[in-house]
Amino acid sequence: MSDSFSSSTERGRPHRIRDALLPVAAHLGTLVLCGFAFWVIMDIVWRGAPGLDWSFFVDEPTSAGRGGGIAPILVSTGLIVITAIAAATPLGLAAAIFLVEFMPTGSRFAAWTSLSLDVLAGVPSIVFGLFGSAFFGLWLGMGFSILSGGLTLACMILPLLVRTTEQGLRMVPDDWRRGAAALGLSRFSAVRLVLLPAAGSAVTAGLLLGLGRATAETAALIYTSGYVDRMPSSLFDSGRALSVHIYDLAMNVAGGDENAYASALVLILFLIVVNVAAMSISDFLLRKKVST
Amino acid sequence: MKTGPYTDKNDASGSGYTLGPVVSGPECCTPEAVIAVRGLDVAYDGVAALKDVSLDIYKGCVTALIGPSGCGKSTFLSSLNRLTDMSGGCRVSGSITVDGWNIHAPEVNLQELRRKVGMIFQRPNPFPFSVRRNLDMPLREHGISNRYEREERIETALIDVGLWDEVRDRLDASALSLSGGQQQRLCIARALILKPSILLMDEPCSALDPLSSATVESMVGSLRGRYTVVVATHNLAQARRIANYAAFFWVKDRAGALIEYDTCGRLFETPKHKLTAAYVTGIAG
Repeated sequence: MSDSFSSSTERGRPHRIRDALLPVAAHLGTLVLCGFAFWVIMDIVWRGAPGLDWSFFVDEPTSAGRGGGIAPILVSTGLIVITAIAAATPLGLAAAIFLVEFMPTGSRFAAWTSLSLDVLAGVPSIVFGLFGSAFFGLWLGMGFSILSGGLTLACMILPLLVRTTEQGLRMVPDDWRRGAAALGLSRFSAVRLVLLPAAGSAVTAGLLLGLGRATAETAALIYTSGYVDRMPSSLFDSGRALSVHIYDLAMNVAGGDENAYASALVLILFLIVVNVAAMSISDFLLRKKVST
Repeated sequence: MKTGPYTDKNDASGSGYTLGPVVSGPECCTPEAVIAVRGLDVAYDGVAALKDVSLDIYKGCVTALIGPSGCGKSTFLSSLNRLTDMSGGCRVSGSITVDGWNIHAPEVNLQELRRKVGMIFQRPNPFPFSVRRNLDMPLREHGISNRYEREERIETALIDVGLWDEVRDRLDASALSLSGGQQQRLCIARALILKPSILLMDEPCSALDPLSSATVESMVGSLRGRYTVVVATHNLAQARRIANYAAFFWVKDRAGALIEYDTCGRLFETPKHKLTAAYVTGIAG
């Protein structure tokens, strides 16, 4: 008995070394990852914070962005993102509702739709940019405009929106579907009055994630909404998004680094807020599901 | 196509679907078939769930469907308000008439049928909204635009299920914050508020604790006479306490079948079929 015990310990030695190494490697990996994220953010804060003051938010850029603020850029970014969300939300909701509520499960059409969504989600944003420039800009004659950029972004965030809404709707218990039907609600009313409100947090989380992605996008906007850093007067004007502004200051404008960092800080702060909001909403959703 | 109380199927084996005039039934019962089911077959994806079921449900009575799990009680119930339509791959044949109307006729308004034939499920399923909105929404959907009338009906429905005193101060609290028994009574109120004439209940007490179960049960008993109630249950004692009639289902040839249908007293005291006898005495099932 003791023999077999000791022999198994003999064989176990390499395992013990490996067992001891694994947590060390895991901790190290985590440390490197966190350190890297911390470094990037601190670098931006360190170099960006001095340039941040109230006037940075309300002034027009001067000298190709080396001086002045980012007021028109913030307005353009806001308009582009609002256009994108406004165009993508109805389409995304309709597609998700159709997939979950009106397609029989396992139907071929639903499978094809899912596949196309996955393909769309994997398309690089520069390809969306080229498509948007060719389709919205040239073919539909929108040129370089906030509208064209916003619609391109809408195509880009659509898969994300459909997927999150779809998951939210699938999490709604069938009990409520049957309950609504048994009360004589039409399918449309059931979706509108019961299922969508019940999936509301998922839809909101999806919208916020889409908002985050749209705000952070550069490549898809360079060819669509353009570079112009003036205050836009309508959706048909060209407008420069914040991320495009950062790209331009960093790559094309000598001496634009300080404002590039300040703009990057604004962008990152906004994205952190949006993502935290999205996370807390899905967290809330999860807790609600567990408790019901 | 209303049918007379007596038909040729009422043979000694107990497969008869009508029982004739109520001889010694409770006063509330009218010997009038408000639902007539004839030769009902239900299959899911080609697999038979219910075969050749025929029976009459009498107006104002409580009819209990008893039998083991998987014998088709729930399927039978959901075919009465055509909730079976919701599962793709479900095929229903045979005829069901409610108040003389064939519910499978193309001109039937499904929404109206389901308003008339309310349903309560095994697990309480209030919507994740406030108590008030749970009751207000179905009313609005069925075109009651007068706010005063809606509020009055909400109060009446809550009084009817004995919930008014418990929730009158928190009508705007989430329905999910109520206890299981309260949630189930809210669901019953939600069905009653549409003024149905028939209520289908699919094991309404089985997901509740004994105390809530007793409350809901006595409430169902109080509905007798005002509503026609069809209740599926595998709690035999409960069926005996609340039902006027009882239908015993069993799995025959891998599909649910109606074995015996009689007044509750006769089915439990002097069952005609040996399967029924075995089941009600606890030997089988």
